[in-house]
Amino acid sequence: MSLHATHRDAGKVTVVDLSGRIVLGDGSALLRKTIRGLLDDQRKMILLNLADVDYIDSSGIGELVSGFTAVKNQSGDLKLLHLTKKVRDLLQITKLYTVFDVFTDESAALRSFS
Amino acid sequence: MASEIKHLEMTLETIVESVNLAEEMCLRVAEAAGFGEDDCYRIGMSVREGVINAFHYGNQERPEKKIYLAIDLTADKMIIHVLDEGVGFKLIDVPDPLAEENLLSTSGRGIFLMRAFMDEFDVVSGKTGGAEIVMSKKLPTGSASPNGRGGQNARPQKEA
Repeated sequence: MSLHATHRDAGKVTVVDLSGRIVLGDGSALLRKTIRGLLDDQRKMILLNLADVDYIDSSGIGELVSGFTAVKNQSGDLKLLHLTKKVRDLLQITKLYTVFDVFTDESAALRSFS
Repeated sequence: MASEIKHLEMTLETIVESVNLAEEMCLRVAEAAGFGEDDCYRIGMSVREGVINAFHYGNQERPEKKIYLAIDLTADKMIIHVLDEGVGFKLIDVPDPLAEENLLSTSGRGIFLMRAFMDEFDVVSGKTGGAEIVMSKKLPTGSASPNGRGGQNARPQKEA
């Protein structure tokens, strides 16, 4: 299943709803394009909703980290919402779970950007 | 005979699509061998990472080079080989992705994931001169042996 991405504005925060697999190739490229596009539009507060992402490989992890760094470098913030068990486990074993701010509730996630 | 080894091998192009193809092939064999959903996920991910490693680091994404995938299904484990046509590497030279200074690196987690998800993992010098990743997963207790219940489409094609 390829990756699909749509985004919606919630005040100053942009919520990106992702579904599918973030893997080497089109998936990673779409995530990169989406985040870079938001930064180009000066949307620097980004919440990635991963509720429907059930698979990420090392390329996808790299793209998440790359996006996180790019947003931070522009004084923005990139946070994660609704991790599936596999994605959560993957971020835990790679020690990235402590790098990202991770939320299970969208309202709480949006408030955290204040 | 349960001790009989089944062997499957395929030659892959150095293209992104080979990653998915290798993953799908190994998942079919793993499912037929009786691995559960979680182990199939770990095996599939490890094969992905092995082929990504061959595609990107080994063959440097050069389309004239090949990637060789082999699966051995023995009485007690599934063994996967991924061989590239690069210059090879030593595990000791691979940076630790969990080190503080590497946490925000955008690459370098493939070897770590294969080690984490498989029971045995090693990198040896392959017959092509490139790196050969060799990794295995023990068959679950009570699973189908190589001569057992595996689906026809998923059975390895030839015997070693």
